[in-house]
Amino acid sequence: MKTHRLEAGSFLWFLPAALLLSGIVFYPILRTILLSFAHRSLATGFRTEFAGIDNFARIVTDSRFHASLWTTLVFTIVSVLAEFVIGLALAISVTSIRGGRNAVRAILLVPWTLPTAVTAVLWAWVLNDQYGALNAFLLHSGVTQTPIGWLATPASAMIAIIATDVWKTAPFVFVILLAGLQNIPRDLYDAIEIDGGGAWAKFRYVTWPHLMPFSFVALMFRAVQAFAIFDLVWVMTGGGPGGATETVSIYTYRTYMRYLDFGYGAALAVTTVAILSAAAGGLYTALVSKYERTF
Amino acid sequence: MSGLSRLLIVVGCILAAAPLVLHLMSSVKSTSELNLSPPTLFPHEVTLSNYQALFTKRPFLRYCINSLTVSTLSSLICVAVASLAAYRLARGRGRWRSAIRLSLLVVAFFPPIVYVFPDYEIIQALGLVNHLWGLILPYSALNIPFAIWLLTGSFQQIPLDLEEAAEIDGLTRFQMFRMIVLPLVTPALITAGILVFIFAWNEFMFALTFITIESQKTVTQGVATLSGAFAEEIPYGLIAAGVIASAVPLIIVVIVFQRWIIAGLTAGAVKQ
Repeated sequence: MKTHRLEAGSFLWFLPAALLLSGIVFYPILRTILLSFAHRSLATGFRTEFAGIDNFARIVTDSRFHASLWTTLVFTIVSVLAEFVIGLALAISVTSIRGGRNAVRAILLVPWTLPTAVTAVLWAWVLNDQYGALNAFLLHSGVTQTPIGWLATPASAMIAIIATDVWKTAPFVFVILLAGLQNIPRDLYDAIEIDGGGAWAKFRYVTWPHLMPFSFVALMFRAVQAFAIFDLVWVMTGGGPGGATETVSIYTYRTYMRYLDFGYGAALAVTTVAILSAAAGGLYTALVSKYERTF
Repeated sequence: MSGLSRLLIVVGCILAAAPLVLHLMSSVKSTSELNLSPPTLFPHEVTLSNYQALFTKRPFLRYCINSLTVSTLSSLICVAVASLAAYRLARGRGRWRSAIRLSLLVVAFFPPIVYVFPDYEIIQALGLVNHLWGLILPYSALNIPFAIWLLTGSFQQIPLDLEEAAEIDGLTRFQMFRMIVLPLVTPALITAGILVFIFAWNEFMFALTFITIESQKTVTQGVATLSGAFAEEIPYGLIAAGVIASAVPLIIVVIVFQRWIIAGLTAGAVKQ
């Protein structure tokens, strides 16, 4: 097939996108990398001074950053795994029933469509210790005698933000996996049945291998988004109580906008991207090699 | 098996809808009823006073107009700009093409925290802090990689013969793009447009940072700060009304555009 060649000056097609991207995306990346090697803060009178690797040396010993990284990792791993299991269970269930598929999908899509900040407000109120619906239910049914301050203790606040994230994004995983399940030809299942295989054999030899690329996309998207989580935590707990739910994005944001330490904020951002890239690369390698082994 | 499936679906749907239903009921309760502890489930009497307060004591209508303006313009600009670049990518060849696609994919996965401060500097330099264009520009730009990625695939599916025929008819490249190619990818344009609209509508971090005055706030920021303005008592009725009022437009979008939203979300997985 002949490939259609474009006439000279065809870079003009890229020009608007290139202009917007260089101003809002590429220049800021460069600026952040440069700033991460500089001191620029209230202390320097907002003058930029070369800092070498000072900022990165500080990150190595910054226990608040280490704590926020740990919080982010726990949040990412627990919420993405929970979302995956729930999304998969729902997708398989919806595939196995007849009819009502669009209605179910529309209901389940609503939490995903809501703004995260609004979701956070909504759940903060459901979890409110005095007026919240959850405590009212638990007290009424006798599970607990005293109201639980869900957002008041470190462990329960962590559970609360994870549960809220799962509520909001399990539907995303569900939608992706449902599309994957609908792509599987029915006769493959019939073949397993003829060979005398049961439900497990169908899942293991047909459903799971076919779902791999869909699972990969869902997990990759979700893990990267969860690692960057900001709005949910900012609105629900503000990173509290006592910094227990402070994620790397929240800490970086505070360093920039409250402590006005731009050099260190940039170094935190660079480090976050480096860790995220390493983790995403690792996940990619692990999932792709596993995917290839399946066949 | 089928019984278990039904049970899971019913539980899933109830859990998805319950918090919103609870807020809907709270939003029509009176202040005195909301202050009862333990709370009531169904409202004793229905009142619209919370919604009235939302639109009179707080500039909620202004928030909605701002969000609508920002999301619509961001979506239009992003899709227009991305469709030009995506078409060029789909029809070009060579090593640079995969390099561009890869770099777009990489920056699309960068956490927004990377951009928020340097973008703030730029928006400030442009004099656009507390201005809706200060959000429209970043929202348009940050969604370009996603939109290009979505649209390139659609352009590649259009047969070249069509364009060769048009060329013989004496159309310029741009005329051909506008009159023949674009109409063929309308579904993809709608999908990209809706998703960018939702992303812009839902964005919080940039709005929080770039907008500090009430009259320019968007809905997400407005709802998130509803409790802040009344230090003496937390206005639960107002918050519930705010949550419901901000959810309703999105629920309508989901119901009307479900097919397009699903198509956009699953495009990446299906093409692999």
